[in-house]
Amino acid sequence: MIQDSGMLKHSLQRLLGLIPTLLMLVTVAFFLIRVAPGGPFDSEKLLPPEVEANLSARYHLDEPVLQQYFRYVGQIAALDFGPSYHYKDWTVNELIAQSFPVSLTVGLSAMVLAFFVGTLLGIAAALRQNTRTDYSLMGFAMLGMSVPNFVIAPVLILLLAVYAGWLPAGGWDWSIAYMVLPVITLSLPAIAYIARLTRGSMIEVLNSNFIRTARAKGLPESTVIRRHALRPALLPVISFLGPATAAMISGSVVIERIFSIPGLGSYFVQGALNRDYTLVMGVVIFYGFLIIILNFLVDLVYAWLNPKIRYDEKR
Amino acid sequence: MDNPANLLEIKDLNVGFDTPDGKVHAVNCLNVSIKAGDALAIVGESGSGKTQTVMSIMGLLAENGHASGQALFKGKDLLQMTTSELNQHRGREIAMIFQDPMTSLNPYLRIDKQMTEVVMHHQGLNKTEARAHAVEMLRAVRIPDPERRIRQYPHEFSGGMRQRVMVAMGLLCAPDLLIADEPTTALDVTVQAQISHLMSALRRQSNTAIILITHDLGVVAGLAERVLVMYAGEAVECGSVEQIYYDPKHPYTQGLLASVPRLDKPEEDGLNSIPGNPPNLLALPEGCKFRDRCPKAHEACSEKPPMQLDEQKHAWRCFLGETA
Amino acid sequence: MTKSAENPVLDPFEAALGVSDVKGRSPWEDAWHRLLKNRAAVYSAFIMAFIILLVIFGPMLISWESDFTDWDYTSSRPSIESGHWFGTDAVGRDILVRTLEGGRISLLVGLVATIVSLVIGVGYGATAGYFGGAADRLMMRAVDIIYALPFMFIVVLLMVVFGRHIVLIFVAIGAFNWLDMARIVRGQTLSLKNTEFIEAARACGVGDWAIIRRHIIPNLLGVVMVYVTLTIPQVILVESFLSFLGLGVQEPMSSWGALVSDGAQDMESAPWTLIVPSVFLTVTLYCFNYIGDGLRDALDPKDRL
Repeated sequence: MIQDSGMLKHSLQRLLGLIPTLLMLVTVAFFLIRVAPGGPFDSEKLLPPEVEANLSARYHLDEPVLQQYFRYVGQIAALDFGPSYHYKDWTVNELIAQSFPVSLTVGLSAMVLAFFVGTLLGIAAALRQNTRTDYSLMGFAMLGMSVPNFVIAPVLILLLAVYAGWLPAGGWDWSIAYMVLPVITLSLPAIAYIARLTRGSMIEVLNSNFIRTARAKGLPESTVIRRHALRPALLPVISFLGPATAAMISGSVVIERIFSIPGLGSYFVQGALNRDYTLVMGVVIFYGFLIIILNFLVDLVYAWLNPKIRYDEKR
Repeated sequence: MDNPANLLEIKDLNVGFDTPDGKVHAVNCLNVSIKAGDALAIVGESGSGKTQTVMSIMGLLAENGHASGQALFKGKDLLQMTTSELNQHRGREIAMIFQDPMTSLNPYLRIDKQMTEVVMHHQGLNKTEARAHAVEMLRAVRIPDPERRIRQYPHEFSGGMRQRVMVAMGLLCAPDLLIADEPTTALDVTVQAQISHLMSALRRQSNTAIILITHDLGVVAGLAERVLVMYAGEAVECGSVEQIYYDPKHPYTQGLLASVPRLDKPEEDGLNSIPGNPPNLLALPEGCKFRDRCPKAHEACSEKPPMQLDEQKHAWRCFLGETA
Repeated sequence: MTKSAENPVLDPFEAALGVSDVKGRSPWEDAWHRLLKNRAAVYSAFIMAFIILLVIFGPMLISWESDFTDWDYTSSRPSIESGHWFGTDAVGRDILVRTLEGGRISLLVGLVATIVSLVIGVGYGATAGYFGGAADRLMMRAVDIIYALPFMFIVVLLMVVFGRHIVLIFVAIGAFNWLDMARIVRGQTLSLKNTEFIEAARACGVGDWAIIRRHIIPNLLGVVMVYVTLTIPQVILVESFLSFLGLGVQEPMSSWGALVSDGAQDMESAPWTLIVPSVFLTVTLYCFNYIGDGLRDALDPKDRL
């Protein structure tokens, strides 16, 4: 790439920009837990002795708050989330290490599915703009956006698992059969959104002057679309992938619960219901970091695909 | 009267658009032809239908637009062609330069990709040959250091440079007909002159016919031999540059010429302009479309005026200036 | 396309001056006509109005109390004879009444949290955009930072820390949803404030706040209207999501999310307990989305191409 230096500068700038966000996340989490009534830092609360000992050792509760805070930030920076408040023999890190791969598998599959199916449907609708195909695709997309996945999930379980018996209703053993329903349910809203987004941007691009130029060159329409329209039309989808990941991680919390999948989301909800402060805080920070870093990567891909940004950064 | 000498012959062309407010008549019953190597300027205000005329023959009308009549290019009707038939001619035999050089190049592709794809597709050149040819064309339009510039993206070029790229791109396949839609409007005056000179020089070299669309009569004189004046979707006058400039017959053409600021004649009362606005294309008046603004209008003008033609092939649509 | 249609920002101004297109229709009238032509949006508006009326007045017309447990009919299927038209749940409560009362909570949360985000977002965005410069950069940087936080998780964290209370749900959702609004309003304000009529007002000595109140806010109306209709379903969705997880409203109060959650437990024996609240929730979200879409298309013709 000619503009490598520009890209590097852009990346570094963005990377530095992440620090306040990360710090903010950790700070919010730390002080929220501190003020929590009945939380682990509440001195009036009777704690299980082993947790009490663990916490005192880890958070140096005898020190001033500010010192505890900096110590905590240091620990988080080393990605150490401390012991679980509820699961006494586990650290939060161990719980995450055990359950996150499951969530990642489901989430990543759903993401890939959503991207390909969503863009394909969107392009198909854009190329048949204002036809019956377009209207019905967009009607379905609107439905996909409007039906919450905690509604779709039970309905799909009822139809495909309970009545038809084709697929297991829930559970997990790392096989495709257990993945089908959760992945489809998780990806449906994203498919719908991406399809609408792609249609809109594709139509806009197809009406732009440079597409007219490409057509005036006598190129076949398929070449015009592939070579000239596809990349600009997909740029909004690329920048949507960041928020889409965040939405999917939120969605996975519900999906894992409905399908009894032992992922991080299940632990998170269980932790929230058990008031397992350290676990909840750990998951919030972990997923927070993940979303922030993914947003950063998406941003880089976007800049890389868009020569104008590369150029502007270089100047 | 099919004349084989005519490269392009437009017959009874109508272009309309369906809008929520009704049908817009952009071009009405237009007849014009152009010979090989000729240069025709189409002049008129915004909305006079000049751009839609060429868009219709290029098959580039908007979704809600439709054209009827004939546009015979080398005897074959472009309006009847499917997109893939049209693609045999577009870019290869008929090239087009658009009004806005800032948005007419693909911002996401390097110039070389955008130029080479034309010759690779139409002439089957391989990448290296196509690239060499493209560099040559860029040099011909006087872009400095073309080997380096061709690796750049459009936003790294100024407006004038981009229009040069567009001209070079249009001429890649040595087309028989080059359509230039206000190629200089968006540019600085000095750059305008450069682009006009460039186009007339290239035209002499390659014997390419040119249709130049403009609302700027100054540009016309330098580039074209014949002029078609359009008003509200109709041809109102057609003739050689000399006939139009020194002997305009139609009151609208006379008004247009009077409104061109001139340094060689003192202005008595500042800048002249034609009073009023062009008619609403949704509801065109009967008879002469110009009569509401015409200083010489009379009762007869509520009838549609005939097209008059003198011996020097100077034609105009008006009751006045009769040759009989 | 007419000139005025391409510049939605200036439309209200042009309308005020009577500078508008050929037929002299104001841009707001234009938008209204376009909206009426959008059948999906019009039907959605009617259905939505029907649901709102049903949710408000329905429970008064039905003889069952929402917490009455009819032991003769536990998990009974929908029937006219029993009087439970949409069936009962596992402890014999009438599904229809519970769904309608749950709808009150869901819609209320949607409305209140949207108003919270509207007030914060418009105030913040208009201020940042109007003053511009360093203040704008600082304020927008803060928005960027908060934007990158995993909103859903922090809301759950808040629920864990402060306990589940309905007011907290309003505040938590509203406090995060204002970000989009602030960004949109800021962008619009920024482009508005350099227009001639604002400059004219300033030249006449009109004060900053008066300009914001009298000129900028009315001009933002269109985009804010669109945004509000699209925020309400979002908020309803978030609330039902929390309630579904058991982190939202608490018994005896209920919302559509909580009812769907209950229904999902019994769906094998009594699918209607899942289906009835699901249909209400889905139809509501669907309608709001269509109305929002229709409004956006009507007010901003550029997007319709």
